[in-house]
Amino acid sequence: MMGNDRGMDATPGRRQRWRQGIEARQRAPRSLWRFAAPQQFYPLAGRLAPWFAASAALLTVLGLYLAFFVAPTDAQQGEVYRIIFLHVPAAWMSMFLYLVMAFWGIVGWVLNTRLSFMMAHALAPTGAIWCFIALWTGALWGRPTWGTYWVWDARLTSQLLLMFLYLGYLALTRAIEDPRRADRAGALLAIVGSINVPIIYFSVQWWNTLHQGASVSLTRAPSMATVMLVTMLIMAFAAWFYSIAVALWRVRTIILERERHTDWVAAELDRLAARERG
Amino acid sequence: MTARGKRLTLILAALALLGGATALVLSAMRENLVFFHTPSEVAEGKAPVGRTFRIGGMVAEGSLERLPDGVTVRFAVTDTAKTIPVVYHGALPDLFSEGKGAVAQGQLGPDGVFVASEVLAKHDENYMPVEAQHAVDQAQRAASTLEP
Repeated sequence: MMGNDRGMDATPGRRQRWRQGIEARQRAPRSLWRFAAPQQFYPLAGRLAPWFAASAALLTVLGLYLAFFVAPTDAQQGEVYRIIFLHVPAAWMSMFLYLVMAFWGIVGWVLNTRLSFMMAHALAPTGAIWCFIALWTGALWGRPTWGTYWVWDARLTSQLLLMFLYLGYLALTRAIEDPRRADRAGALLAIVGSINVPIIYFSVQWWNTLHQGASVSLTRAPSMATVMLVTMLIMAFAAWFYSIAVALWRVRTIILERERHTDWVAAELDRLAARERG
Repeated sequence: MTARGKRLTLILAALALLGGATALVLSAMRENLVFFHTPSEVAEGKAPVGRTFRIGGMVAEGSLERLPDGVTVRFAVTDTAKTIPVVYHGALPDLFSEGKGAVAQGQLGPDGVFVASEVLAKHDENYMPVEAQHAVDQAQRAASTLEP
């Protein structure tokens, strides 16, 4: 266990104990806490990312094959329903990643761990892209089924708000020069904005919307044919693994950038440069 | 309590307060957040009179009627309790059909007919192959013939 406790009023004595705590943590070979140090997490992320990327690629190929060649035509909507295999995983991922960002924001605020804020940074662009894909595929799906690209119902409007929250996070964290202040401001936006996620999810239950209700939920049996459901879940896992892989690669870049004044990053950059030269 | 525990409590308390405030605002605005009104709500006078609004529900079976001019349609929107006749001048979405959901935007005339300027189809969250739908339809038909 770590015996340190770092308050806002860290006196020299407490600071020393804090530093000893970090060193003890980094020495402890079995403790997962050592990965809270960017220097320890950097190589771990580098080892994990390719596995997640490869899993994502395999699942995408399998999922797309099932989506186009195995899943049957829908009785109500015909072929156009197949966009669900991209639309729903993208929408799930856009909501989920925002909650994960808020989680890392809370961890960062409470434990003062730099890596938590870096994780939130690394997730934001991917979440924003999923959010955009969800809105875009939704518009393309809405035109042939509902008869319109866009309506201002509660589901669509709250999802658009999520897009603005992502863009706001990206803009805010990049507009503030001091990285520590940018981290905290961004985390606050992520935490406050996370209230929107349950609103998106339950909007179709709470209000009359043009958007249909959830086909898949934890509380009742899914209202989809099994093949369709399995295909959608495979695509959701593909989206999830892709997000993890990309976030890990991105957090590595952020770590190098933030820690560029340290010796280990200088050594790592030398190593990368040497590999580049062949 | 440690400084860390204080910060966590503070964040969670702030989040709970903010969540509560949001819930109160949303429930206060409940009336304005609905995308459409049901025929029953219109009958109770909850829909805005003299203004454009949307009604939603099922297209009543056997109510769809195309007028000879080719572009005007008449149908009725029902929520099984109340029914409102609708007249619409324009193209209907592909998924629009009797027994399915629809949302119409327009104004309620003095004669009780809803004059729609836009009609959208609202589909449900069920996805099944054609054969399965066929089986469901047959079962429903069999069930309805058994009723006295």
